[in-house]
Amino acid sequence: MYRLTTRTRAGTVTAIIVPIFIVAALALPAVASRGVIQDLFFILTMLTLAQIWNLLAGYGGLVSVGQQAFVGIGAYAMFAGVILLGWNPVLAIPLGGLAALVLAVPTAFFAFRLQGAYFAIGTWVIAEVTRLLVAQWKALGGGTGTSLPREATSSILGTDAVRALFGVREAAARDVMAYWLALALLVAVTGGIYWLLRSRLGLALAAVRDNVDAAQSVGVDTGRLRWAVFLIAAAATGLTGALIFLQTARISPSAAFAVTDWTANVIFIVVIGGIGTIEGPILGVLVFFALRSALADYGSWYLMTLGLIAVVVMLFAPKGLWGLIASRKGLHLFPVRRRLTGPKIKGGI
Amino acid sequence: MIWLDTLVQGILLGGLYALFAAGLSLVFGIMRLVNLAHGDLIILAAYLVLMGVTLLGLSPWIAALVAMPVMFALGWLLQTAVLNRVLGKDILPPLLVTFGLSVALQNGLLEAFSADSRRIPVGALEGASLDLGLVTVGIMPLMTFASAIVMIIALNALFYHTALGRAFRATSDDVVTAGLMGIEPKRIFAIATGIAMVVVTLAALYLGMRANFDPSIGPARLIYAFEAVIIGGLGSLWGTLAGGIIIGVAQTFGAALNPEWQILAGHIAFLAVMLLKPRGLFPRAVD
Repeated sequence: MYRLTTRTRAGTVTAIIVPIFIVAALALPAVASRGVIQDLFFILTMLTLAQIWNLLAGYGGLVSVGQQAFVGIGAYAMFAGVILLGWNPVLAIPLGGLAALVLAVPTAFFAFRLQGAYFAIGTWVIAEVTRLLVAQWKALGGGTGTSLPREATSSILGTDAVRALFGVREAAARDVMAYWLALALLVAVTGGIYWLLRSRLGLALAAVRDNVDAAQSVGVDTGRLRWAVFLIAAAATGLTGALIFLQTARISPSAAFAVTDWTANVIFIVVIGGIGTIEGPILGVLVFFALRSALADYGSWYLMTLGLIAVVVMLFAPKGLWGLIASRKGLHLFPVRRRLTGPKIKGGI
Repeated sequence: MIWLDTLVQGILLGGLYALFAAGLSLVFGIMRLVNLAHGDLIILAAYLVLMGVTLLGLSPWIAALVAMPVMFALGWLLQTAVLNRVLGKDILPPLLVTFGLSVALQNGLLEAFSADSRRIPVGALEGASLDLGLVTVGIMPLMTFASAIVMIIALNALFYHTALGRAFRATSDDVVTAGLMGIEPKRIFAIATGIAMVVVTLAALYLGMRANFDPSIGPARLIYAFEAVIIGGLGSLWGTLAGGIIIGVAQTFGAALNPEWQILAGHIAFLAVMLLKPRGLFPRAVD
């Protein structure tokens, strides 16, 4: 008679609207200009990174400030696949995810030895080490970096079809291809996280977040859980990194391992939008993009403002903008909370 | 002899890293707070000293003495207005707040002082050196190292021989019980951060006199400081000095082999210690 459910009415509406959004986004290049597609590519990839970091920190309690290690190694692995092995860039993207997964094993081994807050700086150290080592890789340009060769960028899988379909130039077709891949990756990552949080693993994560001792006492293996979350996040970050640098077609250690671009901005998106929810980063990335466009001409004022906003949000609305909305309206577009439904219990207090 | 020389330079460099690390270690020891803006605060203090020298015409030492109470007040204010609000069982809020501060501070400095690298002028002292027979050492590195030792002795004296130090240790051990004994933890935290900022100013003075600095180098100083603290083991200031020396020696030897390996060698020494002694070389605290 009583059932455990995560279903809410808003969740059902989301389940109908999201596919419509996805189809519309897929068709968008037919009408949108190249500039819009590039902006959307940026928003989609930043949102993907934000969702992944949110899984790590918001659900897994692993505050990493070293995610740029996985963006960078993923991007470099993709470049290595193209330049050294002669692969098609699109087919080399999975190589990025694989490389990040491999790097995540020693990273987790070291960083998990550091308790609590020191874990954060530990991941940063590993990212620095990776950057310095990659800068020694002379075949990929060493410290100055390199570009994807012309033959490779012009033969990216699917660009010919896009050119025929929309009648655009090669460079624009490449952007459309990257945009579609970013959309696919975002849907896969967000959908994957949503599914994960509703699975046994998600239940274990919620239990650990609420009370570690109680979770362990009912048999949750917290060590294994942390490894699982960290490795999944690393692989997904590597894929995103490979895709980002497929679009730019140019790489250097300082760009690929930039703590500001791939970690600070991502953290601000999650914090401003609302940590620990799937809706939060979506709202956060929109605020982030609006701020970025509004303050684009003011150089470093923009990052300073973003940092201060994040501090203020953390002080006065620690659940972020989405937290404010959710607590007032009880709205959950991506419900992951398990509730008991059934007839009301009579009596009681 | 070149190896002996490298070793001595490395040890002296370790003094600078210990100065970077002492403030971080102090704050963590007392309130379990990792301040990710620590490196940027060092750079802020360096600009304060530089302004004292260039705008007011003070000597660097006097400028640092003037900057110290300013930084103390800043630390006190930062703790009271911001950090005390987010301290708690959850480590996420303080980490994210200090990370936001770090980015804001870095870009604020960039806006105020531009990206040009600057240096605190010290005149003749800059290139002066002392011939010790086997090796020749710079006066400046020697003074840095001596200052690190004096500072550690002073901090230890404060910790173990004063009423304030007792309050620090009590709060560090058990906040609730300390509160029952009439200690106000939030006030203690504010004083501790203030003192950490005084140490930061001393570190900034030597950083600025020895080498060029610009607004972007804060995070790297945070990382060196962090590595020194972890290698030394939490809660031991002499351990932190040992950690600084290990990083310093690794860096100078790395640089002697290949200039590109300097920074990398320091990080690798840190990872090696982590692998062999996860709790550091001289651990005192259990967390």
